Amino acid sequence: MKQAVPAGELKPPVTHIGIIGWTKTNLFDGVFNSILTLVTLFFLWKVVPPLFRWAFLDSAWHTTGQACREAAGACWSIISINYRFILFGFYPYEEQWRPLLAMLILFGLLFYSRNREHWKKSLAYAWIIGLFTMGLLMTGGILGLPPVESTQWGGLPLTLLLAVFGLTAAYPLGVMLALGRRSRMTGVKVLCVLYIELIRGVPLISLLFMSSIIFPLFLPEGVTFNKILRAQVAIILFTAAYIAEVIRGGLQGMARGQYEAAESMGLNYYQTMRLVILPQALKIVIPPTVSILISAFKDTSLVVIIALFDLLKTTQSVLSNPEWMGFSREAYVFVAILYFLGCFSMSNYSRRLEKELSKGD
Amino acid sequence: MNIEEKASKEPMIEFIDVHKWFGEFHVLQGIDLSVDRQERIVICGPSGSGKSTLIRCINRLEGHQRGRIVVDGIELTNNIKNIEKIRAEVGMVFQHFNLFPHLTIVENLSLGPIWVRRIPKKEAEETAMYYLEKVHIAEQARKYPGQLSGGQQQRVAIARSLCMNPKVMLFDEPTSALDPEMIKEVLDVMIELAQEGMTMIVVTHEMGFARSVAHRVLFMDFGKIVEGNTPEEFFKNPQHERTRLFLSQILH
Repeated sequence: MKQAVPAGELKPPVTHIGIIGWTKTNLFDGVFNSILTLVTLFFLWKVVPPLFRWAFLDSAWHTTGQACREAAGACWSIISINYRFILFGFYPYEEQWRPLLAMLILFGLLFYSRNREHWKKSLAYAWIIGLFTMGLLMTGGILGLPPVESTQWGGLPLTLLLAVFGLTAAYPLGVMLALGRRSRMTGVKVLCVLYIELIRGVPLISLLFMSSIIFPLFLPEGVTFNKILRAQVAIILFTAAYIAEVIRGGLQGMARGQYEAAESMGLNYYQTMRLVILPQALKIVIPPTVSILISAFKDTSLVVIIALFDLLKTTQSVLSNPEWMGFSREAYVFVAILYFLGCFSMSNYSRRLEKELSKGD
Repeated sequence: MNIEEKASKEPMIEFIDVHKWFGEFHVLQGIDLSVDRQERIVICGPSGSGKSTLIRCINRLEGHQRGRIVVDGIELTNNIKNIEKIRAEVGMVFQHFNLFPHLTIVENLSLGPIWVRRIPKKEAEETAMYYLEKVHIAEQARKYPGQLSGGQQQRVAIARSLCMNPKVMLFDEPTSALDPEMIKEVLDVMIELAQEGMTMIVVTHEMGFARSVAHRVLFMDFGKIVEGNTPEEFFKNPQHERTRLFLSQILH
C-alpha cells in the first residue's frame, strides 16, 4: 500500500512554480508561443546590442560637429551644445533663466495638484498667482526685467504654453458645448451642433492657417493680434469640439434616475448638472478625454506652419546649421523623449485621478 | 374660519380630470383624486396601469396634458419656479433608490438642504445624522452607496427625502427591487413614518403594508382609478370584477 503524504508537506510540482514555472506558462506555452518567443529573442539579439553600442559606447557626448562626424556612434553633442536654443529658441540668452523659472513654477504647481487632498481654494489662488508670475517672467518690462517680445518666445516654454492654456481653456468650453448639445432650447442646441460639426469637419492645420492668414483680413487697418494668441485660440476651439463629443457620451451614459432623484428634491438645472450629473459623467470619460488631451498636446507642434518656433521647430533650426547637418536622428530622439515625458505623465496623472475618484465604487 | 384652518382643510394634492399620453398611448384617462393632509394612500394595480405615472405627475417628473393638478395650493404648470417649489416640499423614493454614487451617505442627505434650502453645511449634516438615526443606519454615514445593501440604500433614500422636511412623501414601488429578506426593514421604516402622521402616497403590492397603514387603497387599471376604499372594505368586499381578479392573483 502506498504511504499517503500529509497535505501540508505536499508541494506543487517544480515545473509550476518559480522561474521554471513562470517561463513555461508565459514563454513556452505550446508550439506557437514557443516559436514566437524564439523569434522575438532573435530580433532582440539582433537589435539591442548594436543600438546600445550606437547610443552609448561609440557616441560623442560633448564635442564639435566636426569631431562628431568621426565618431561611429550617436552624436549627442548636437543636444549638449545646442540645448539652450532647442529649449528656449530666440529668447535672449541672458534672460533664459526666466522661461526656465516659469516652467519650474508650472511643474511645481502640476506636481502639487496631483494630490487630491490639496484641492482647496488656496490651490486655485496658487494657480492664479503662479500663472500671473509666469506671464510676468516671460514678458518682463517691470521690476527691472527687460521686456521680451512674444515674437522671441520659442522652444519648450512655447509648447507648454500652448498646451497648458489650450487644454485648460478647451475643457470647460467642451463641457459647455456638450451640455448645449443636449439642451432643450433649440437655438442653443443648433448652435452647439453646428459648432462641433464644423470644427470637427476641418483639420487643425486649416484652422491655424485661417487664424493667421484669413482672420487678420477682417480686422481694421492697423489692428493686429498677437500671433501666439491666435494660434492658441485656434487650438482651444479645435480641442473643445472633440472634448464636447466625448463628454456628451458620458452624459448619455448617465441613468435617468440620477436626474430624477436630483430634480425631485428641487435642485435646479445648474445644480443638478454641477453637483450630480457632471461629477459622475466626467469621471466615466476620463480615459477618452485624456486621449484627446494627449493628442492635442502633440498637435501643438503644428504651429510650425504659421512660423512659430515651438520645440520641434527650434530643433529643426539647429539641424539646418551646416555644422550639425545630418544629425537629425539624435535631435529627433531627444525631442521625442521630451514629448514622451509630457504625454506619459499625462496618462499617469489620469490613472491616479481615476483611482482617487473611484473610491466610492 | 381663519387662514390656518383653511390651509389644513384644503386638500394636500388634488387631481381634476387629469389626462396624459405617451405618444399615442393614453396612460392617464381622466384621474380625479383628492388627498387630504396626513392621509395615507396605497395605489395598486397591474403593471402598465399608470400608477407610477400618476405619482410622478405630482412632482412633475411627468407632465400632464389635460386637467389640473394642485399641490399644496400651487397649480402645476410649466412655470419652473413653481415646479421647483413643489419639488422641495414633495419627497420621492424610487424603486431603484437612485442614490448619488459619487457622494457619501451623509453628503447624499445634506445635498438638498444645503443647495435648495440654503441651510449651513454643519447644520445640514446634523439634520442628516438625525434622520440616519431614525432609519437605523447612522453608523454607515461616511460610506458610499455602493458599499451598502439594497435595503440599507433604500432606507438612506427615505432619509434623504425626509431631510428636506417634506409635506408629502411619494413612494414608487419602494420594495420591488429588494431581496425578500430586506423588504421588512424598509417597510418598518415606512410604518414608523406613517405613525408620525406623514402624508404618504405609496405605489406598492405589499398588501400587508396597505392593510396596516393606509387610510385608502386605490386600484388602478388602464389609466383609470377603478375603485378606492378603506383597506377593510377594499380587501373584504371589492366592488369590481377586475379588482377581484387582481387581488386573487397577488394574494394567491
